[in-house]
Amino acid sequence: MKLTAQQLKNKIKPILGKNHNDPAMLVSILQDTQTELGYLPRKALAEIHKELNIPLTQVYGVATFFKAFSLEPRGRHQIQVCMGTACHVRGAEKILDTVERELGIMPGENDKDLRFSLETVNCVGACALGPIVIVDGDYAGEMKIDKVKPLLKNYK
Amino acid sequence: MKRLSSLKELAGLRQSIATVRDTKKQVVNICGGTGCIALGANDVIKAFNEEIAARGLQDKVDVRVSGCPGFCERGSILTIEPQNIFYQRVRRKDVAELVQATLIDGKTVERLLYPDLTTGKKVIREAEVPFYTKQKRVLLAHSSRIDPQSIEDYLYFGGYAALSKALSAMKPEHIIDEMKASGLRGRGGGGFPTGRKWETTRHAHGDIKYVICNCDEGDPGAFMDRSLMEGNPHSVLEGMIIGAYAIGAHEGYIYVRNEYPLAVKNARIAIEQAEEYGLLGDNILGSGFNFHVKISRGGGAFVCGESTALMASLEGEVGEPRAKYVHTSEKGLWDRPSNLNNVETWANVPQIINNGAKWFAGIGTAGSKGTKIFSLVGKVRNTGLVEVPMGITLREIIFDIGGGIPGNKKFKAVQTGGPSGGFIPENLLDLQVDFDELTRVGSMMGSGAMIVMDESNCMVDMAKYFVTFLMGELCGKCLPCREGMKQLHYLLTRVTGGLGTIEDIALIESLCSTMWDTSLCGLGYSAPNPVMTSLKYFREEWDAHIDEKRCPAKVCKPLITYNIMANCPNCGLCVKACPVQAITPRGKKEPVVLDQVKCTRCGSCFDVCRLDAVLVK
Amino acid sequence: MVKLTIDGRQTEAKEGAMVLDAARALNIYIPTLCAHESVSAYGACRLCTVDITTRSGRNRMVTSCLYPVEEGLAVKTTTEKIAAHRRMLIQLLLARCPESPELKAMAKKLGADDTPFPKEDPAKNHNCILCALCTRACDEVVGQSAISFVNRGVAREMAIPFYNDSDACIACGSCFYICPTNAIQMTDKNGKRRFVMPHNTMEFELAQCAQCGRYHLPKRQIAWMAKKSGQPLEFFARCISCREEVRL
Repeated sequence: MKLTAQQLKNKIKPILGKNHNDPAMLVSILQDTQTELGYLPRKALAEIHKELNIPLTQVYGVATFFKAFSLEPRGRHQIQVCMGTACHVRGAEKILDTVERELGIMPGENDKDLRFSLETVNCVGACALGPIVIVDGDYAGEMKIDKVKPLLKNYK
Repeated sequence: MKRLSSLKELAGLRQSIATVRDTKKQVVNICGGTGCIALGANDVIKAFNEEIAARGLQDKVDVRVSGCPGFCERGSILTIEPQNIFYQRVRRKDVAELVQATLIDGKTVERLLYPDLTTGKKVIREAEVPFYTKQKRVLLAHSSRIDPQSIEDYLYFGGYAALSKALSAMKPEHIIDEMKASGLRGRGGGGFPTGRKWETTRHAHGDIKYVICNCDEGDPGAFMDRSLMEGNPHSVLEGMIIGAYAIGAHEGYIYVRNEYPLAVKNARIAIEQAEEYGLLGDNILGSGFNFHVKISRGGGAFVCGESTALMASLEGEVGEPRAKYVHTSEKGLWDRPSNLNNVETWANVPQIINNGAKWFAGIGTAGSKGTKIFSLVGKVRNTGLVEVPMGITLREIIFDIGGGIPGNKKFKAVQTGGPSGGFIPENLLDLQVDFDELTRVGSMMGSGAMIVMDESNCMVDMAKYFVTFLMGELCGKCLPCREGMKQLHYLLTRVTGGLGTIEDIALIESLCSTMWDTSLCGLGYSAPNPVMTSLKYFREEWDAHIDEKRCPAKVCKPLITYNIMANCPNCGLCVKACPVQAITPRGKKEPVVLDQVKCTRCGSCFDVCRLDAVLVK
Repeated sequence: MVKLTIDGRQTEAKEGAMVLDAARALNIYIPTLCAHESVSAYGACRLCTVDITTRSGRNRMVTSCLYPVEEGLAVKTTTEKIAAHRRMLIQLLLARCPESPELKAMAKKLGADDTPFPKEDPAKNHNCILCALCTRACDEVVGQSAISFVNRGVAREMAIPFYNDSDACIACGSCFYICPTNAIQMTDKNGKRRFVMPHNTMEFELAQCAQCGRYHLPKRQIAWMAKKSGQPLEFFARCISCREEVRL
């Protein structure tokens, strides 16, 4: 999806409005922008900096500080492998290894046809079901190595 | 919906909710918490609605989605009233049978009842399940009965009565005195006396003051704040309104972790509903008191659980902590007096106002009052949330409530307080759990995560796990935390890799001491706790890694090998499972051969073998 | 005024002053890397940690650059433990920036010959210790916020947005002058001012003096000065020496 400068402006404007054009709402503005655009393109950050009249360093600093933000396009499906303590003691590392091997990517990366993005999260609070893998917000609990492949198959 | 403009109107509304509520109807309360949803609760809810509609039972049965009762291990869980039957591990396919047998024929479905782990006897009532019998559920009492998205439900169970009492019969000073007398200490980890914090903020200079609810629950393994915010958001909100009234604040923030979408949603709904009823906003219940609450979603940073980092984030800045030599109750958000409490602390407030400080102070130990919610996770049979009186022993929590260790394994340690806490060994299991006792043994209360470990967990690896966790989460502002954590991780990797020396241990100890004394915020200065308690209580495991290059728990990859035993019948499962083709069949009924050079010690062969023919050495 | 004792010496300091300032007024040496009088205190390096006992008897360690003086405070600027912590801190920095002459000199002063930790590749951090002096100077003194920290935690770096967007930079060189470890280099050559930062380089055009023809200030800085001072751009057309001459 390539947007013209004007299209991008039109997308960002209502987001800023919803957040009262308030620089204090920067994290929220970036979240809404990412939801709208899938990631945080450079031009979007520049637009937010101009419209809110805050330094670009602040926008870029916040966007690179928080884990929820991606400055690169992401895959169609978001895979999160929980590395919380409860999942760790139940073998989350092995599950992550398997996902990495299946997709040939490391956390923070996309696979080459942008089907999946992989990331790790530190505890989603569903510890009873560890180890957990979340795909597009759906939880797959009590994961085992041999359940990884069938799970990923469900997502095109 | 009519805005209430007096206490009388609130009482009237409560009355009318009680009258319209059809108590003759059967009710299916299904847990809609994240844990149960992960196990398919949404399917179960859908199936119940469909089945009931198909059989035309809408007038006789209500299906209600409730908050989390805490017994996540047994999800999806539900109770049926008025029969008061507790069903567990319910799946979509069980629904038709439950509707026919229980809702129509009035019988219990034996196979979905909870089996007592020791006797195997089936338990019908929720209250008789051993997981619940030793608990003292105050904050979680209504979780399995209340629809968190319905303010009427909360009102039906006595909600906003404390606010009513506070506004009508108590002066702000009186409320603060009550909080002080109750002995409530902050549930977010620090354990600071709540009443004193409120008092300082009330007396701080400035017309504009803030109250903040910290729901940036980042401790891995802790989910009580998530559960309260998802399952009973009005109780938190009511606490905040009372707090704001006592402190003299008119604006509040709820800072919720990005990873908790349902908590964000339910908190948002709660705020809207409370505003519509005039329980929040301008001139609350006609009292002249104004209070507005906004929600702020976190951006995914553990360090933002630290109060000053959270406030920086609320201001739209990078979530970096600052020194707290001047307290946030004097200079917090936008340099104004700010009172930050954690979700569970706020939820305690209505209870204390309703039942009195004396009642609250009657629960617990000398220095720690009330109940505390723990999340009991890891190698324990009954995973879930448990609410217990302060002073209960670790043994009671883990063995009586938690049902002990699964798979006939031996208990090794329990870790409390998340990455800031420490490991507690078996000989301290009779420790009475409260703020001071946990600190005394080198751990801490923290937010209340309790992670149980058995003999198959390596304590050096666990220390490394927490350091790795923090290395990924620290903000990077101060030198000892940023550079220290990096080096601590390096040293621990040496030890788990069999390269550690006795000098490394000495260096770890002095590095920890510097991080302890000189780090800027709690993340850095408590980071040594897991490492130091692991060293203190499990030194022999460290020695095995260093002196014998051996990992006794067989966890640390560089120190173990997988071996195929003589009883391997060449079934082929491991050959298929091996991701690096390190296993080759030799011939019919002959044990397969494992190439140790190719082997990455991933453990796949061990996990798939059904005949214990793979041995870890 | 507030009365306190530092290393046993009675002293007075203004209310709101920091312990570090009070100690320096007595000529007591406390090592620092991230403190500077022209910017706000930040507390990144922790080298200025001291031991305090309050009037009520509470004893603990605090960073003196951020701890305000209080009545009856007893400060010890060095103890054996503090010396050990300072050694450890400088050793951590030496592992990060193993070739920095400034850090080596300070390590020696603090009693550390070398670092027990593995040394990082000098090309990784380019002697930047993330003290935030440059970012604070750019923000608080210049008011431009052209540089800041990016990324979080161990990946934190001092850089300009996207590592190449220097729209806000006026090339004044404040960051270069304030850096305690010479992690930022600035050279004026052939009508250009060139910055070599730890993770990016930037070049800016210098203006030629209308009178003597020397290259004097970056064009951006002139525009900035004109805007801040309200003087017309032509006022800065000549270099400061030529302007001074006229005034004489």
